[in-house]
Amino acid sequence: MCGIVGLFLKKDELRPRLGDMLTDMLITMTDRGPDSAGIAIYGDDAAGLKITVQSDDPAGAFDGLAEVLGAELGQPVAIKLADTHAVLTVPEGAERAASAFLDARGLRIMGVGKSMEIYKEVGLPKDVAARFGIRAMGGSHGIGHTRMATESAVTTLGAHPFSTAEDQCLVHNGSLSNHNDMRRRLARKGFVPKTENDTEVAACYISSRIAAGDNLGQALEGTLKDLDGFFTFVTGTHNGFGVVRDPIACKPAVMAETDDYVAFASEYRALVDLPGIENARVWEPEPATVYFWER
Amino acid sequence: MQTIDMGQTPLREVNAALQAQTTTTNQTKWVLENPRGAHAVAVGLDAPIEVVVKGSTGYYCAGMNKQATVQIEGSAGPGVAENMMSGTVIIEGDASQYAGATGHGGLLVVKGNASSRCGISMKGIDIVVHGNVGHMSAFLAQKGNLVVLGDAGEALGDSIYEARLFVRGKVKSLGADCIEKEMRPEHVEILRDLLDRAGADARPEEFRRYGSARKLYNFHVDHAGEY
Repeated sequence: MCGIVGLFLKKDELRPRLGDMLTDMLITMTDRGPDSAGIAIYGDDAAGLKITVQSDDPAGAFDGLAEVLGAELGQPVAIKLADTHAVLTVPEGAERAASAFLDARGLRIMGVGKSMEIYKEVGLPKDVAARFGIRAMGGSHGIGHTRMATESAVTTLGAHPFSTAEDQCLVHNGSLSNHNDMRRRLARKGFVPKTENDTEVAACYISSRIAAGDNLGQALEGTLKDLDGFFTFVTGTHNGFGVVRDPIACKPAVMAETDDYVAFASEYRALVDLPGIENARVWEPEPATVYFWER
Repeated sequence: MQTIDMGQTPLREVNAALQAQTTTTNQTKWVLENPRGAHAVAVGLDAPIEVVVKGSTGYYCAGMNKQATVQIEGSAGPGVAENMMSGTVIIEGDASQYAGATGHGGLLVVKGNASSRCGISMKGIDIVVHGNVGHMSAFLAQKGNLVVLGDAGEALGDSIYEARLFVRGKVKSLGADCIEKEMRPEHVEILRDLLDRAGADARPEEFRRYGSARKLYNFHVDHAGEY
């Protein structure tokens, strides 16, 4: 199964409530995916780049991390702790060196972005959201996922969202059948997934298309041609939010739009508490049709 | 009139109360408030009662319905009125995928659009959709009538047996062994009655009829590619 939720705000007034609304939506989707949960949240732009990292031993791994990384880069680094995750803000241009340093220390890099932070763990959505304090987070848009694993193990890295490029993330309900072939094709272009997970291949595919000059809509259009299998994808970029379903469209999806927001959920019940939902335009996204919004 | 607030009463209790009604009940009108997209609302009913659901529902609303009239004042999630035997289910909004699947009887009315696989494997149910239906609608349909006032998506009536399909708008494509058929006077009469009962503002003469070419009934080597 798996459950997906997404919220893209059109107006700034709701920004402080983004995390709160997404948390409620995510918890409602627990029945669809109790194995693990994750959320990508696009908050305020950092002065540099935010690198979200995870460790199974946060006390040991994060203690003094900002200082040693700062010394390594020769520039100051800020750190924000949230349970097993930490968000490091490094100066722009230092991202590659910082990632290599963090990788070598055995930290798992969840994502990198100007505004995007990713939090994901094994466990019930309500527990995962509480551990990271998602409710208190504000932002412009966010995407969440509750996972019922099919194609790879129940681990932190196997949880969604997947991020394979700066400020880009993807969540997926379904399973892909040509991901191994696509994995090899992408590797030749320099896009190498870190896990055996099929969704990460789709994320890499979209990143490769955007790197080649496509906009979000064109990249999603490409998934319909090049990816085989079942999918409802919801994807985020620094300023965009997109949805696409495969042509068979078995995986459920419902969307709602008002003057204030665009919302996505696997089921309508995840949308019922959104403000103004009773007057929203609510519809089921068409199969093989790309929907995207950019600000 | 019995009113139940689904925000207060657990789903199982709501369904148990409705399922406890018998043919001779005098509690014939029920209103369910705050469904909030819940699954399996008003399923397995078997009494001539009227149930009004004040909002949108999740999976499998009004499944296995017998005798009852269930009206959803919102949209319905996947599998609404699945395996209906008799009675009436009316959806004021849209219906998600496989609405009326495997239904044996009764009338399902969707006032908005129905998405993919509407009436899949229908076995005698009548379905009237005021808007459009999605792809693979009436797949493996065996008996009954599917009436679409709008357009039909790809592969309408794929591998159909004996159901009648009436479409007023465009059909994107017909599925294997589904063909257009002539509208004879008896079909106009069947359609007039269905449109009337579904409160649909349309004339039977505006529709085209589709049904089985009956070429997949028996194995024929020239059709091997169709199986």
